[in-house]
Amino acid sequence: MDNTTLTTLAGIMEYAVPILFAAIGENFIEKSGITNLSVNGTILLTAMAGFVVALNTSSLLLGFLIGALIGMAVAAVVAFSSITLKQSQVAIGFILATLCRDLAYFLGAPYNNKPGIFLTKTPIDFLVDIPVIGPIFFNHHVLVYASYLFIILAYVYLYKTRPGLQLQGIGERPAAAYNRGVNVNFQRYMYTLVGGALIGLAGPMYSLAVKIGWSGQLSGLDGVGWIALAITIFGGWHPLRVAFGAYFFAGLQQLGITLQSNTNIPIQILQAAPFPLMIFTLLLVNIGRAEWVERELAAMPEKPRLIVSKILRMLRTSPPASLGIPFERE
Amino acid sequence: MNIELRNIHKWFGKVHANDDISLKITSGTIQGILGENGAGKSTLMKILSGFIHADSGEILLDGNLVKIKSPDDAIRLGIGMLHQDPLDFPPMRVIDNFLLGQHGGLFLNRTQVEKQIQELSQKFGFQINPDAYVETLTVGERQQLEILRLLWMGVRILILDEPTTGISANQKEKLFATLVTLAKQDLTVIFVSHKLEDVQGLCDRVAVFRQGKVAGELTPPYNTDEFIQLMFDKEIKIGAKTTACRPEPLLRLENIGIEDYRLRLRNINLTLYRGEILGLAGMEGSGQKLFLQMLAGIKRPVCGKIMINDVNYAGKRYENFLKAGISYIPASRMEEGLIPGLTLTEHFILSEEHNELLISQKEALNLTQSRINDFRIKGVPYSKVEQLSGGNQQRALLALMREKLNLILMEHPTRGLDIESSIWIWKKMKERCADCTSIVFISADLEEIIQYSDRILVFFGGMVSEPIDANTTSVDELGQLIGGIGW
Repeated sequence: MDNTTLTTLAGIMEYAVPILFAAIGENFIEKSGITNLSVNGTILLTAMAGFVVALNTSSLLLGFLIGALIGMAVAAVVAFSSITLKQSQVAIGFILATLCRDLAYFLGAPYNNKPGIFLTKTPIDFLVDIPVIGPIFFNHHVLVYASYLFIILAYVYLYKTRPGLQLQGIGERPAAAYNRGVNVNFQRYMYTLVGGALIGLAGPMYSLAVKIGWSGQLSGLDGVGWIALAITIFGGWHPLRVAFGAYFFAGLQQLGITLQSNTNIPIQILQAAPFPLMIFTLLLVNIGRAEWVERELAAMPEKPRLIVSKILRMLRTSPPASLGIPFERE
Repeated sequence: MNIELRNIHKWFGKVHANDDISLKITSGTIQGILGENGAGKSTLMKILSGFIHADSGEILLDGNLVKIKSPDDAIRLGIGMLHQDPLDFPPMRVIDNFLLGQHGGLFLNRTQVEKQIQELSQKFGFQINPDAYVETLTVGERQQLEILRLLWMGVRILILDEPTTGISANQKEKLFATLVTLAKQDLTVIFVSHKLEDVQGLCDRVAVFRQGKVAGELTPPYNTDEFIQLMFDKEIKIGAKTTACRPEPLLRLENIGIEDYRLRLRNINLTLYRGEILGLAGMEGSGQKLFLQMLAGIKRPVCGKIMINDVNYAGKRYENFLKAGISYIPASRMEEGLIPGLTLTEHFILSEEHNELLISQKEALNLTQSRINDFRIKGVPYSKVEQLSGGNQQRALLALMREKLNLILMEHPTRGLDIESSIWIWKKMKERCADCTSIVFISADLEEIIQYSDRILVFFGGMVSEPIDANTTSVDELGQLIGGIGW
């Protein structure tokens, strides 16, 4: 494998990290039945705040910490208004998304384009020397390694532990979970805050590691939060599929960067292409639901019909049944 | 366990749902709670199972005063309730439904619980695969699942809220046998229903509820008239069987095929006559609903012709079916039939054909009021539909139908309704038939099918029977066909 390919693949592993944390964080929130649409604003605000705090205190750790705290604070607003006040989750999410973005640009303006501190690579001895695998997976900063562990942990927690099972329950049918002795609203608060913290980490991951620095609107971060939201849906609220979605999107972005230097395709197309491609994939995944597809399938001969419908059914995802619906006992 | 309820009161706003209810239930018996919709049965059971709290009153278990603050408390005290719509998690596996309520460590003990489920299922002759997804089970199996789960949680008092709604005759028999076994093992079973024949066939003692109060208690031998007198405070009789069927065909199906992910129906041929009532029988999910939705123009057939007046309607849009005078009344009243949040008047405005931009409120109000009177809906034109009781919602749905119709399609027209409402609804439908309208309906209640149909189609595992004459068949024969015997 030549060097360009290796760099591209390694780049995917790195570029996917912030989206991964944000999308899986959102996954936890939505599994509990709450929609948090503020992701995009949260990432911008925490990217700025993490950068500024790390610059002023010379501590990367404090930069990440403030990101998690701000993420939690934004999520707390969502949780309070939707769980306690039973207000529209969509409305509050949109307002926060816009508010946080504008706050980030406004408050961060004095720090635009300042040189700051950032996370350096820490290749893992021995492992990095394995041909092909080493340079792709083990020649990164520590966040990338953390992301590998995080995906596995998220999966195990959700599907192999008792609290994870309860989490699925409260988003699916809160009344039934309550009937089994689960404190639905308390858990919804908890997961919204935890998920918020994870989303909040995504900001500093960009500004301190993946896309180093802060340059206001030119940072190029506006939009990734919405993509993270889409990936949560595309991933069918399943951490492994969400992770796949994050790598897929990062792959499209990396491909754009590689093609940019090697071909004559206009740069605008390469920058914009990942977004429509993402939409197209979303469509493909859920196409099995459409009535005309069912009719076309019915007309097919038996054998291919069974194979195709099996694949479509596997791809098909359904949201937690009570997503966005407040829980009331009576 | 012995239960004693003392002077239970519960208000919902201005409605006195439970008005000074006192009741004693002894261990090892099956206690029936009978009453029409809105009589306060469910409210009392929700209080007993911790879902809601009484405004005043006491609950004693084996003579000890207890406070039940949540369903979790109730389970700890040994009280479990099977809700009308079983409170389970459809997209999850059976075993996860068990594990979710279990207290314990971080990780799940799947193998152990799986073994326990299998042992319990065997003990009661249920066939429940712990790895099956709940959404693939029938309502009857989901009930069995909940009963097993509650027993597994150590419940000594089992409350069943309208458990025979939506299950087949076979499953009902099995359920009753299970309940008798449980009572023999000294469990207390509380059986809530609005169906006379169910409580008569099963219960050791029956408390009849009327308007939030205990109207009286009866013990065997039971007398139906006595029950009806207590339930309604008046006498009610089912009318004799009549037919309005004429020899003119309304619609002809030619080699129709319908299918979805799970089912394939093929080669359906049928001629439906004017004024005829056609009943569709079968276990839930055997294709009756597909058939009905095909007639409604909601589900397109994959092959064949739907001929109405020599025009093929297969593949046409829903609006064309509406124009042809076909009206569909779905089973889920609140999800598909009515629009929560809108008032009765607004519903009537929506359902009438209007071409002008502005709505004449006065005209609409008049129309609504006259229909409310005509259909005896308990409500005012400004009532939001979700505030109406089930029976009144069904009446509202019927009242919404256009004046002149050729075909009415109904799914479980009287499910969850008390006898009085059911009889009344069928009286209204018969009036329509006399007016040349045909009716096709699905019901899980075989007696209803035989009583009101002219002909019957039975659905089983992707097969559709030839039309059966309702005058010459019996509940037993239909029951066997539904169960797959005699094909």
